[in-house]
Amino acid sequence: MTETPRISLDGVSYTYEEAPSPALSQATAAIREGEFVAVLGHNGSGKSTLAKLLNALYIPTEGTVLVCGYNTKEEKYTWEIRRRAGMIFQNPDNQIVATVVKEDVAFGLENLGVPTVDMIPRIESALATVRMSKFADTAPHMLSGGQKQRVAIAGILAMEPSVIIADEATAMLDPSGRQEVLDTLLALNKNKNITVVWITHFMEEAAKADRVIVVSDGSIVEDGTPGEVFEKTDRMRELHLDVPHMTALAEELRSEGMPLPGGILTVEDMVREVEKIICPSKSAT
Amino acid sequence: MLKNITLGQYYPVDSLIHRLDPRIKLILTIAFIVAVFMVHTLAGYAVIFAFVFWLSRLAKVPFRMLLRGLKPLRFIVILTFLLNLFFTPGEKVLVEFWIIRITEESLLQAVHYSLRLIFLVLGTSLLTLTTSPVSLSDAIEILLTPLKKIRFPAHELAMMMTIALRFIPTLLEETDKIMKAQMARGADFESGNLFNRARAMVPLLVPLFVSAFRRAGDLAMAMESRCYHGGEGRTRLRVLKIQNNDWAACGIMVLLIGLIVLEGILL
Repeated sequence: MTETPRISLDGVSYTYEEAPSPALSQATAAIREGEFVAVLGHNGSGKSTLAKLLNALYIPTEGTVLVCGYNTKEEKYTWEIRRRAGMIFQNPDNQIVATVVKEDVAFGLENLGVPTVDMIPRIESALATVRMSKFADTAPHMLSGGQKQRVAIAGILAMEPSVIIADEATAMLDPSGRQEVLDTLLALNKNKNITVVWITHFMEEAAKADRVIVVSDGSIVEDGTPGEVFEKTDRMRELHLDVPHMTALAEELRSEGMPLPGGILTVEDMVREVEKIICPSKSAT
Repeated sequence: MLKNITLGQYYPVDSLIHRLDPRIKLILTIAFIVAVFMVHTLAGYAVIFAFVFWLSRLAKVPFRMLLRGLKPLRFIVILTFLLNLFFTPGEKVLVEFWIIRITEESLLQAVHYSLRLIFLVLGTSLLTLTTSPVSLSDAIEILLTPLKKIRFPAHELAMMMTIALRFIPTLLEETDKIMKAQMARGADFESGNLFNRARAMVPLLVPLFVSAFRRAGDLAMAMESRCYHGGEGRTRLRVLKIQNNDWAACGIMVLLIGLIVLEGILL
C-alpha cells in the first residue's frame, strides 16, 4: 500500500457566504487507499459540507484538501479531481440527467470527451458491476430508488474513479434499497479497491465501515474503528447520536451483570458472544 | 397512470421512416412544407395527399393518428376558410345575398389556404409521430451547431430540452403527490367557476415551483460533479450517421418537389 493518502484534509475550514460561523472548522484527517470510511453526524453537523469539499464543489476557505495528490484549490485540476472522486447525492431523482439509463451512464464520459467507440464497453461493464445491465434501455422514472442510485454509481464507475463519495445516498430509500446501495459499494471497495467515503446518519450502516469519523458542530470529534467509536456510548449520546442497537443492548446487559466484551456492533457479533457465555462447549468446537 | 406516459406524441413502432436520420427528417419536413406552399391546383393537393398517405403507411402509423393532430387546430382551419371565403375580392359571383358575397376566386382561395394549413400540420405530425423527442433534440443541436459562430447556444438549448424531457415524468408524479396532499387537507380542485378553480391551483403550484427550483440546484451540482462544463470538447454516445435510406428519402422529396414545379408550369 502506498503511503500517500487518497484524500487528506489539513486544517480545513469552510464558511458559507453570509454565514456567521464556519460550517466546518479545522478538520484534519487522512483517508488511505482502499479504506471504507463512514462519516457520521446529525443534521447540520457539517458532514455534507465535508463531502462537497472532497470533490472540489466547495473550495476550503482555510486549509487544504488534497484528493489523489491534487489540491482542490487549483482550478486546472478541478476536472481531474471530479473524475477521480465521484459523488453520489441524496436524492436519486435529482442526479440523473438523461432519459435512458445507458445514456445517463454515458454522461460523465461525454463530458470527459471519451471517443464513442471506447464509451460502449465502459458503460456495459459499469452497468454489469452494479447489476443493472438489463435496464440499460429503460427510462429512469421506471426504476426504484435503489436502482436509480445504482445507476448513479454506474455513471461514476464508468469514469474509472479511485474514490466514491456517497453523500447520504440512502437517506431517501426504503430498507431494501438502502441494503442494495450499501452492498454495491461494499463490494466495489472489496473487489476493486475503491476508496469509499460513506456519509450517513444510520449507525447500522456505519458499523459496516472500516473506520468511522464523527462530525459534530463543524468539527471532527471522533475518528477510529466502529468498535472503538461506538464503545463510547455516553460520548455518542452527548453528541446526539445513537449507537447501533446491538452495542446499546450489550451495554444494558453488561450493566445487569452479563460479562460481555466491548466492540459488539452487529447481531452476528452478539450471537457469537452470547453463545460463548451460555454454552462455552459449542463455541469451542 | 404515470407509469406508461408517452412523451409528446411519439408513436413507438419500428419502421423505415422511424429509422431515418432525425436531421434528414427535420430538413425534409421543412422541404415538404415549402412544397405544399408551391401547390396551386387541386390536382397538386391530390398528389400531396397521396404522398402523405403513402408515408403514413410506410411509417406504420394509422392515418387517423395523423388526423388527430388536426383536432386542436380545427377552429383555426375553419376560421381561415371562412375569412378567405367571405373577404376575398373576385369577379365571378356564385352566391350573393345580404352582405355575403361568395365568388369563384374566394372559394378557390379558401380551399387553398385551408388545405395548406391541413397539410402543414399533417407533415409536422408525421415528423413528431415517427421521431422520439430525444432524437429530435439531437437533430436540432447538430443542425444549429453552425450558428454557434454567432454565439447561438445550440448545445445549451438541446441540453435544456433533454433535461425538460427527463423531468416531465418526475414533476408529474410530484404534482400528483402534492395534489393528493392538498386534497387531504381539504383543497378542492374540481368545483367552482374558472376563476375559483384557477385560484385553487395556487397551493398546488407554489410547492411545485419550490421543489422544481430545489431540483434544479441539486441537478446542477450533480452535473458539475460529473465534470459537465458545457458543450466544449464533449463527445456523444449517440452518433448520427446518414445511411442509404436517408439519401433515398432525399431523392423522393426532390422528385415530389419536381413534380409540383412541373405541374405548376403545365397547368
